[in-house]
Amino acid sequence: MIINEELVKEAVKKHGSSRAALIPVLQELVAGKNYLSDLDMVEVAREMNLSAADVYGTATFYSFLDTRPRGKYVIRVCKTISCSMKGKNAILATIEETLKIKLGETTADRKFSLLETNCIGWCHKAPAILINDEPYTELTPKKVTEVLREYIKQ
Amino acid sequence: MVKLSINGLLVEVPEGTTILDAAKKLNFRIPVLCHHDDLCVAGNCRVCVVEQLGGKALLAACATPVAEGMQILTNSLKVRTARKHVIELLLSEHNADCTKCYKNGNCELQDLSNEFSVGDHILLDLIKHKDYTIDRFSPSIQKDDSKCIRCQRCVRTCEQLQGVNALCVAFKGAEQKISTFYNHSMAEVICTNCGQCINRCPTGALVERTYLDEVWDAILDPEKHVVVQTAPAVRVGLGEDLGLVPGERVTGKMVAALKRLGFDAVLDTDFTADLTIMEEGTELLTRLKKALVDKDKNVALPMTTSCSPGWVKFIEHTFPEFLPNVSTCKSPQQMFGALAKTYYAQTRELDPKKIVTVSIMPCTAKKYEADRPEMRSSGFKDVDYVITTRELARMVRQAGIDFTLLKEDKFDKLMGKSTGAGVIFGATGGVMEAALRTAYEIITGREVPFENLNIMPVRGFEGIRQASVKIEGCLEDWKFLEGVELKCAVAHGLSNARELMQAVKDGKINVHFIEIMACPGGCLGGGGQPIPTNQEIREKRAAAIYSEDMNLPLRKSHENPEVQLLYREFLGEPLGHKSHELLHTHYKERERF
Amino acid sequence: MSKIPVQRVDLIFEKITCKEIFEKVLQSKPEEIIQSVIDSGLKGRGGAGFPTGLKWQFAAREKGADKYIVCNADEGEPGTFKDREILDEVPEKVFCGMAIASLAIGAKIGYIYLRGEYKFLVPKLENKLAEFQQLMQDLGHDFRIELRLGSGAYICGEESALFESIEGRRGEPRNKPPYPTKSGLFHKPTCINNVETLVYTVMIQKYGAMHFRELGTKDSRGSKVFSVSGDTPTAGIYELELGMSVREFVDVFGDGDTKAVQVGGAAGFCVPRKRFDETIIGFEGVPTGGSMKLFNSSRSMYNVLHNYLDFFAEESCGQCTPCRVGCQQLLKGIEAVKKGEKSHKYLDELVKLAATMKIAAKCGLGQSVGNAFSSIVENFKEEIIY
Repeated sequence: MIINEELVKEAVKKHGSSRAALIPVLQELVAGKNYLSDLDMVEVAREMNLSAADVYGTATFYSFLDTRPRGKYVIRVCKTISCSMKGKNAILATIEETLKIKLGETTADRKFSLLETNCIGWCHKAPAILINDEPYTELTPKKVTEVLREYIKQ
Repeated sequence: MVKLSINGLLVEVPEGTTILDAAKKLNFRIPVLCHHDDLCVAGNCRVCVVEQLGGKALLAACATPVAEGMQILTNSLKVRTARKHVIELLLSEHNADCTKCYKNGNCELQDLSNEFSVGDHILLDLIKHKDYTIDRFSPSIQKDDSKCIRCQRCVRTCEQLQGVNALCVAFKGAEQKISTFYNHSMAEVICTNCGQCINRCPTGALVERTYLDEVWDAILDPEKHVVVQTAPAVRVGLGEDLGLVPGERVTGKMVAALKRLGFDAVLDTDFTADLTIMEEGTELLTRLKKALVDKDKNVALPMTTSCSPGWVKFIEHTFPEFLPNVSTCKSPQQMFGALAKTYYAQTRELDPKKIVTVSIMPCTAKKYEADRPEMRSSGFKDVDYVITTRELARMVRQAGIDFTLLKEDKFDKLMGKSTGAGVIFGATGGVMEAALRTAYEIITGREVPFENLNIMPVRGFEGIRQASVKIEGCLEDWKFLEGVELKCAVAHGLSNARELMQAVKDGKINVHFIEIMACPGGCLGGGGQPIPTNQEIREKRAAAIYSEDMNLPLRKSHENPEVQLLYREFLGEPLGHKSHELLHTHYKERERF
Repeated sequence: MSKIPVQRVDLIFEKITCKEIFEKVLQSKPEEIIQSVIDSGLKGRGGAGFPTGLKWQFAAREKGADKYIVCNADEGEPGTFKDREILDEVPEKVFCGMAIASLAIGAKIGYIYLRGEYKFLVPKLENKLAEFQQLMQDLGHDFRIELRLGSGAYICGEESALFESIEGRRGEPRNKPPYPTKSGLFHKPTCINNVETLVYTVMIQKYGAMHFRELGTKDSRGSKVFSVSGDTPTAGIYELELGMSVREFVDVFGDGDTKAVQVGGAAGFCVPRKRFDETIIGFEGVPTGGSMKLFNSSRSMYNVLHNYLDFFAEESCGQCTPCRVGCQQLLKGIEAVKKGEKSHKYLDELVKLAATMKIAAKCGLGQSVGNAFSSIVENFKEEIIY
């Protein structure tokens, strides 16, 4: 809990405590662990003199400011039309099989979470996924297995 | 000025006027759901769309300012089709089980569906796809998401009018909903229970927790002696829910109705309002004496009032550092409850176990207040059930009483007598005015120097008001106040309260006494008052309160003969031992988030 | 039939020295800069197509020193990916465009709102931005650019939603009027332009308004960067002269079996084969932010529509009724028709509902859902039903 407070204080110090700094502050916290806890939001509200409900309402608007616990690596599989046309389902199935989790779940070791997302802007190189901020494109089941293997090793 | 035509009729309005208001001027009503006179423009629900000749998209009448030469149609085929679609869309997301709904008959969405005959509505029912919940944990407010149409009036009320921000809009798209922090129960968050959201909710998504069954059970139980108290603002609002126009005083009819409903004693919260003045006035003078004479640095000034339970919970959450400044007096409702089960029981030779105290309040926060664990100083729950003005109107209807034809009746004796000072508690500035009427006279032996005792500077609807009274010619005991300019401030609506307390905190406002009412206009604009509410209605209720005051023979709390009797026979003196035990309380710091 | 064949252009990605151009622009009066953009006929390249020069002129006329330039890099429209490439390849040209706009309207601060999905670009952009700030300082122009990231919300591409997001709120579009040039970011006069538009303003300064104006047609001057994807052997990013017909486009990019082209992304229009010849890609025909998605006869248009509607039902900001509930109704509605729970006549009701969404939704994006829906349903009814 102490660590949580310090992280928030640091983020607020870096971005300021004006309302316009709210999203950068939340982004900073999410970058650390891929989600916002209720304690994070309470601390942000305290530091920025906002109501916790306001912080929560703002965060939940943005898909990437996730308020559910996620793993160290969040895999976002693009489900929009091009990726869907070019074999997104096979990619998803391969990831599910490799990590032994279903869509929406997190591995027991809290290393991977598997989500779908809307268009990530790689339609010409579909299918594509994001692992945290990193895009992987023109995937095949084989290629995605190799990508995952690298992450599993880490 | 801007000239435009609406449905072919010309109208001229000031620049910046919305199409909605311009149409109103021509007597064209454009339906609204997200728009509310008390709130900022949203333009969300789209039910107010109108057509501009030559324009491609329709315009939201509530959000679009007029422009020179505009030609607007409010009822064209395009408009009617779109409007009906919007209503049908809202209904498809809404639990439209109207006959079972608490707001049946007083629902803006229901009215609109009726107006646009959407009986043959064919869109798919989306309700079954949604994970709706009903939050019944708060003693004051019930939130039912299945009836919510996402107009966000409640969120704007909570944020802008009240500065509380307990409610927010969360998620987006199909998942979007009105939520609290992490969707916790209203009982667990910073909600002050003020109920202003209820007053503005167009549907049954936000309603008061009702205790009508419990009250009827008590009344119909021959073993129980049911005492009812009525708050000052109820008598200027109740008529609106029973066929009368806003601003009618219905004190006598209300008493008659309560007697017909079968309450064993019909008494008055105004009585304990007068008592509050005696206690709170004395408390203020004591604090002033400690500060001015004893030079006690620890005495907390300015002192603030404590009658408004919404305000009390707000300050516990928001400005805990000011808790010592809040008067320790219980609110008139709770003083009444504590006395009903002690003094009243004793005098009337009743077993307090068999007494049930019911209060009729313009307020939803009073339900929470009555449930506070501190409020059991009689040895019992001091106030058993709190029902709102709206709930009382419902009881009257349930009992088949034609309110408009009732003959006026009088409150019962013993805790039924009040003065005009007690009555004006119902309006913002009223507690301040009542306190000044009494305090000035105690200090100087003379009436407060305002014409007809009407202290106009503390009246009105300005969000924050300040006034001062110079004290001259003090009686012997109060010489230390000679020449002191007694300064006071008044705020109503919690966003004004926040602003005022922040100014006090920053040293920008320096006063001795502060009155704060959580609701706009004070209790007369309370969260338990008849719906709808707007500034015009609140002004009419305020006028009724002040005329009630003017019409009473006694207008100063200390002249209330029953209060004098109470001190003689039971309490001894203000701030005495017994008072301390029964009439005063304490507060606790609550989580700010 | 269009007279302009599919013509490759190389303006956007041409490597240039921004310093030279900006030095030249610094010698011009704001009115001259604005006039050149007006003369070029450049219209916004994000999709809405508002004349850029006029937008600058409106913002320039507003009083006060607090004005903002905002670069809309929240490229979220499905099938659009050209801004990512531009920011990756020629970021300094984007900054330069913002600096030119700042001279034109008198702004000291600019924001780039980059979608969160492109966060991987941030280190590179920050480096380039530091170089650019140095250049501004060297040239004595008081203009600073801040980089802000989105966090996964399509609607923030709508200009007023984007402002709300920068201001730290939910990205919900505002009521209009007032328009951004009067009251935009932080409720100050704001000029908001798409990434590509800003780069074109640089090239207009370099080659002159006429050079740009000579390309394209009367209603659609100049060239445009297209994001080509779907059933095409040559998916990718192409800068093409405006004014070609869909037929000409398909002849070059199709796989020989193209049955429909979705122009302008999920919020755009579906052009079926029978209309390829008569449909011009440009403001006189189908306007586009550059997304060109080709579908061949193996694709079910039901799946395409379902995918789009699912997207909108999730990405609607949710504040206005026609968009929030309408998207859900359209989505569930076509599912019900497909399953036979509703008769095919129900599609007609949905088309009427979509027509209401087009005129009653609060923002441009909400309104555009109706276009996409009716253009697919009207042309591929049998695929939706059976």
